[in-house]
Formats: sequence, C-alpha cells, structure tokens
Amino acid sequence: MRRQDAGWWLLILPAFLLMTAFYVAPIAQVLAISFTEPAPGLGNYERLFTSESVQRVIVTTLRICILTTAISLLLGYVLSYRIALAGAAAQRWWILAVLVPLWISVLVRAFAWVTLLRRQGLVNETLIATGIITEPLALVWNEFGIVVGMVHYMVPYAVLPMLASMREIDPRLLAAARGLGASRITIFAKIFLPLSMPGLLAAGVLVFIFSLGFYITPALLGGGKTLMVAEWIGLQILDLLRWGLGTMMATMLVVAILATLAIFARIVDLRRIFGGGGA
Amino acid sequence: MSAAGHALALRGLSKRYGSFTAVADVSLEVGQGEFLTLLGPSGSGKTTILMCIAGFVEPSEGAILLDGRDITALPPERRDFGMVFQGYALFPHMTVAENVAFPLRVRKMGAAEREAKVRAALDLVQLAAFAERRPSQLSGGQQQRVALARALVFEPALLLLDEPLSALDKKLRAELQDELKALHRRIGRTFVNVTHDQEEALSLSDRVAILNHGRLIQQGAPAELYEAPRTRFVADFLGKSNFLAGTVQEAFAGGFAIGAGATRVVTAAAAPPALGSRALLSLRPEKMALLAEGETAENTVQGVIAGWSYLGAGYALNVETPDFGTLRVTLPTWNAPIAPREGLAVRLGWRAAASVPVLDDLDQDRAA
Repeated sequence: MRRQDAGWWLLILPAFLLMTAFYVAPIAQVLAISFTEPAPGLGNYERLFTSESVQRVIVTTLRICILTTAISLLLGYVLSYRIALAGAAAQRWWILAVLVPLWISVLVRAFAWVTLLRRQGLVNETLIATGIITEPLALVWNEFGIVVGMVHYMVPYAVLPMLASMREIDPRLLAAARGLGASRITIFAKIFLPLSMPGLLAAGVLVFIFSLGFYITPALLGGGKTLMVAEWIGLQILDLLRWGLGTMMATMLVVAILATLAIFARIVDLRRIFGGGGA
Repeated sequence: MSAAGHALALRGLSKRYGSFTAVADVSLEVGQGEFLTLLGPSGSGKTTILMCIAGFVEPSEGAILLDGRDITALPPERRDFGMVFQGYALFPHMTVAENVAFPLRVRKMGAAEREAKVRAALDLVQLAAFAERRPSQLSGGQQQRVALARALVFEPALLLLDEPLSALDKKLRAELQDELKALHRRIGRTFVNVTHDQEEALSLSDRVAILNHGRLIQQGAPAELYEAPRTRFVADFLGKSNFLAGTVQEAFAGGFAIGAGATRVVTAAAAPPALGSRALLSLRPEKMALLAEGETAENTVQGVIAGWSYLGAGYALNVETPDFGTLRVTLPTWNAPIAPREGLAVRLGWRAAASVPVLDDLDQDRAA
C-alpha cells in the first residue's frame, strides 16, 4: 500500500472505530449471549426444532412478510408503471405523492389504520350503514391488520427501485416492438416486464428484508395476539428476561437477512442497484 | 424473399403541435420498389413524416395511402411496415436470433418456418455466425445490420429507415451505404429513408425529397436535384454552390444574360425571366476552370485567390471577385494548372450550361 492510500484509510478510521464500538461489538455480544445464556451451549438453538411457540413465530413472520412483499410489489409495480409512462411534470407530482407518506411517523400511520379498521371504525361503520354487512368485520388486531399497515409502509420502498429501473428502459424499444407488430400485452410481457425485472427483484429484497424486522406496525395492528419476530424478541428480553432465547432469535434474524442478500446477489449485481461501482 | 414492392402516397399531409407546424401540406408518391429519401436539416419535418407513415404520429390533416388504400387510421402494429430506428432499438435482453424472430413470434408463426426465416434474414445481412450473441456484444455496424434483418424478416410492405447510418463513423457509413443499396436492389422492396446527410441521400436513393421548415421544397432523382435545383436552399443543401446575383439584361432562346457591376454572365434556362428583373444563378464549385493565358470561355471572371486548402483529391480555392464576392472553386489536384497561393490573380471560366437560375428562398416562400 502506498503512503497516499494509507492517508485515505486514516480518514475513515474514526467512522470505522465508531461503528466497531457501538454497532459491531453489541451485535457480537448478542451472538455471544445466545450461546451462553442461560447455560453455555446450543440449547437456545435447539428450541428452533423443539419449541412449537418458536416455530409458530417464525412461520407467522414468514407468512406475513411474503404476503406483504407480494402485495407491495404488485401495487408498487402498477404505480411505478403509471409514473414511468407519465409526462415529466406529472411524474414529479406522482413521486411527491409516493414520498409524502415516508415522512409521516410510522406510529401515526399505525394509529390511523387502527381508527379506520377497528370495530367502530370508519370502514366497519360505513359497511354497516350501507347494509353490506350486519356485524362488524375483524379488520385489525390480526394478521389482516398487520398486512394492511405494513403494505402501506412498504409501497414507497417498492416503488423507488422499480421506478428507477423502468426509467432506464428506452421508450424506443416499446415503439420498435409496436412497429414490428406486437400488441400492448405482448410488448408488456416480452419487453417491458423482462427489462424491469432487476428493479422488481431489488424492490422485493428490500421490502422483504425490511418486513422481517418490522416492530411498531405489527405491535400496534397485531394487538399482541399475532406476534412477529421483532415483537417476540422484545417480549423475551424485556418482559420475560429470557436473554438467551431473545438473542438466539435476533441472531437468526440477522442470518436470514444475510441469506436473502446472498441469494439475491447471485441473481443480480448488487452494486448496480445500490448505485455504486461504475456503469 | 419475393420482390413485392408496394406503392405509398401521401396526400396533403400536415402535422401541427399547438401553433407549431411540423409538416405543412406535403404530398408525395413512392413507387413500387423505389428507394425514396426524405432529406432536410434538423427541424425540417422529415422525421415527423416518417413517424406518420409508420403510424406513431397521427397527422393533423391529409391521408396516407398504401397501394391506393387509406391507412391513415391504422395503428402501427397493424401496418406491417418494417422500421429501423435511430440507435436501432434492439431488445437488449434478447439474443440476435431472438430479436430477429420477434416479429415472427408476435405473428404466431410455427417454429420450423420461423427458424428458417430468421436464418435467411441473418444470412442476408451476413450475421449468421452471431445469432446467439447479445446486441451489446456487437459493433455499431453489426447492430445496424441486426436491426435491418429484424425489420425485413416478416416481409414488410415497406421498409422505413430513420437515420440508419448516423450513429456510425465515416468509413463504416460508406461501407453500409453500399450494403444497403445492394440489399435494396436484391430484395426489390420499397424503402423510405430519412437523413440529414446529403451524400447518403445522393448515393442511396432513386428519388430524394428535400424538406425545409415542414414543407416539401423539391423532389426528383439525385442527379436532377443536383444539376437543376429549383431554389437557393436546394442548391446549398445538396452539395456546395456559389450564387451569382444580378439583373436580367438580355434574353435569348434557351438562356439569358445577367449583369452585375461590370460583369456579364450568360446562363442556360428553359424560360428566361423578364428583362430588368433580379435573377440568382447557382454555380457549382467544380464546374469552373482556371483559364490559361489566351484561353476563352462563354463566361469569364477575374479574381484573386484569397485562401485555399488542399483536400487530397482536390484543391478548394476561395477566389475574391469584384462583382460576385468570394467564389468557391474546386480543382482536381492531379491536373491543376497552377500551384495555388494567396494573392495570385486568376481568371475563372465556365460554360453557360454550368449555371442554373434558382429562386431565392424568400421568393420560394412567397410562391408556396
């Protein structure tokens, strides 16, 4: 390494030390605790295979995450498609409309959904008043409510990468396909969809990883009855003081996220999606 | 491929965007198997006309007829025209063979027939060996040929080319010009090409239509346009030209004479203008000669070389004259009578038939 290079490394040293002290070290400690509490060994990890409640939390979390990802991608794709084909001025308004919810506190949004979806909420009242139903529907404090709240939170995160990749599609390709005799459906299926696939995959991974560790929205809209991993970890550590079990699940969460990224990296070039590294 | 050329006609085609007129009342006929080039500077409306023919732009007025049938309202996907886009618009996620097969797939052609046609089309453009490559792995010239194969594989009624050679470097462009011309002759289809490159237009086309400000200025065979431009714009845009302005002094059978200052110049013309009116003559730089001592010509002008450049095949001289300003003269290098140098006094000579009277562009606008 040349002297000049060493100088550059020195510049990022403070940031590196800060990250190590306050980020990497605690995570390493979490990992350590999961192997040592309450007794040294793999006891906590054994629960993955023996404890029905542990398995139930994992299955519930995966089910909600997959559902949330699928719905967010579908809604986000339609939205991105519409935005990508809009005029330049209209595009700015669309993007603003997508971004505004991001700036509103997740807590506020979760409570807003509770007021809308509860038994005496706007949705149930309206449905009863119009005579479509006679008994209020259970729209919140269950998986349905969690998925609604999470999808609402995730759609902008789905839109942004997909929109970026759709905007890279040369509109002349669509015109060329049309000129060669392709119908609108064929153009979408054979040209637009394949070319927007990298964005779709990126959005999928982003939303899925985000969903795995979601805490506030499931906690409020699940009403304590439907537990996802993050809330379950909080429960173990804060209420039941079962540090070993909590940190084991936290470790599994990190492993799951890394595994998702690893699979994804094999399919698509990560640097392209996160904007770094050249062309 | 069968030699089934189709005839296209534009009738009074106009396209307006708000108050801006992109195309104004253009009528054109393209005969069966003909190679027509729409030539004009940027903003002349040539691309808009092509997009109207392709169906991507809806004309504000006028009609488009294919073999006499009105197709103005037909969407592009049902016109069956092959098109080579500017930049080629090859599908980047498909191989060369898949690109070429695309128009056949959307027509639901059987696999065996499709493969045979793709192979034939790739053979036609000499790219059979590249069938499994992606477009990004090909050179510009090869991509251009893939775009051609894709546009021709479904035996379209018409092939439309939007500045097909503009993205290529000069040498490759000349090479592909020859190929394109040979291809046109071989398959006998009707081609409509758009370009701003006058050399390309002259060398490729059976007929050229020159456009400016959305209007059709003149159309005809390349030689006809070059030798007998109707307006100053045409003479200037197609090749290079000097313009001699003067007053009509004398008219005679098959020509007239103009005077400017002390100089009198005779020109050939079918219908001489009125005596005393202003006239403008177009005179090509290569149609003048440097006269030796005692040599005579129908027209002679004294001048001084104000500047010159060596172009390999020829010299380009700027000759300062008292009555016509600076005249551009080109001489073949191999038999140039003089070694040019600045300040050298020369005598230019040319035949009456070398110049053509042209309309000034203001007059043209008024006449239109």
